[in-house]
Amino acid sequence: MQEKTHEQKLAEFEARIARGEKIEPGDWMPDEYKKNLIRIISQHAHSEIVGQLPEGKWIPYAPGFRRKLTLIAKVQDEAGHGQLLYRAAETLGKSREEMMEELLTGKAKYANVFNYPTPTWADVGVIGWLVDTSAVINQTMLAQTSYGPYARAMKRICYEESFHIKQGYDAVATLARGIPAQRAMAQDAINRWWYPTLMMSGPPDKISVHTDQAMRWKIKTKTNEQVRQEFVDLIVPQIRALGFDVPDTNCYLDEATGHYHYTQPDWEELRRVVNGDGPCNAERLAVRRKVHEEGTWVREALAAKQSKTPKAA
Amino acid sequence: MDTQWETYEVFHQTKRGDAHVHVGSVHAPDPQMALQLAKDQFARRLKCVSLWVVRTKDVTATDYQDDGFFAQSTDKSYRDPKAFESPEKAVDDEH
Ligand SMILES: [Fe+2]
Ligand SMILES: [Fe+2]
Repeated sequence: MQEKTHEQKLAEFEARIARGEKIEPGDWMPDEYKKNLIRIISQHAHSEIVGQLPEGKWIPYAPGFRRKLTLIAKVQDEAGHGQLLYRAAETLGKSREEMMEELLTGKAKYANVFNYPTPTWADVGVIGWLVDTSAVINQTMLAQTSYGPYARAMKRICYEESFHIKQGYDAVATLARGIPAQRAMAQDAINRWWYPTLMMSGPPDKISVHTDQAMRWKIKTKTNEQVRQEFVDLIVPQIRALGFDVPDTNCYLDEATGHYHYTQPDWEELRRVVNGDGPCNAERLAVRRKVHEEGTWVREALAAKQSKTPKAA
Repeated sequence: MDTQWETYEVFHQTKRGDAHVHVGSVHAPDPQMALQLAKDQFARRLKCVSLWVVRTKDVTATDYQDDGFFAQSTDKSYRDPKAFESPEKAVDDEH
């Protein structure tokens, strides 16, 4: 049998994607597709892992036992999401050890939002409500991705995220019905998270070098701007329904388009925060390293167990 | 320390009588630990009555590249119940 040329393989690959079929591990794929996916999935995995930290620190102080249990469950879900995504990235040939190492050494990038502080209880609610809503819109889109293992992980994750949003909204709605100080605390949290959450969907597509190829091969099926607009259209009425203000005096429903107009965030700030210079980058990495170190005895115990297990012949 | 470990494929049964369905995989140092981690990862919310874990490397799979493997060279309609005369239809036609 004649070996297929690169052009033939590429044509078959693109035709498969055009038919709406998924690419599976072991299929031929262009190097750029693989590289792009490893970058996106590993950054996504790191975001889930680091995403535990801003909220996790509130577990000891959650108001009431039910909220504490809920928050533990949410944070545990995020850890699980990280592991699912590391597995998805591994199917492309990069090991989990390697990715964890990149995170611990500060080489890896992860979502900008997790580098902002959580000084009040309202931050926990607002993260669940705003940040997870934005994440779900992105992840629902990614559940359609052309790469099978990533699509499967996303479907499982999206199901759990709806619980994250609900519990966050519930916490903020409770504050909304509270005393003036509680309402003010919630409004303050909304003010601080608004722009970082808008940045989450990524810079405008003109600036995004990766979007083109990602769209062509259906790694993503929507542009950053589309995802962000969907978020704004969904969340602005929710914020206003609770009697809170959107911290953007130029945010209004454009009757002509049916979409909300909003002020673009500061893209220079996004660049800085993603590249390591946000308010909490150093703290997040320090905590991540510390818990990794504190978990050494668990890994040692498991490794000892492994060496006692008879290997399959 | 190496914590890469082997991977185990995880199969989840929602209720007795259902098939075990592949849901993903976990890293683990041994099968018992794989079950424990599979429970944490895949059965911490939805109902589950049974989990299987199988070492990934023990799975023998077909090759996506080898599309000849599933190619049907002849008419297989003789395997399809719809390709035959139906007693129910005969009874219906009678009425
Ligand atoms: Fe998540
Ligand atoms: Fe989440």
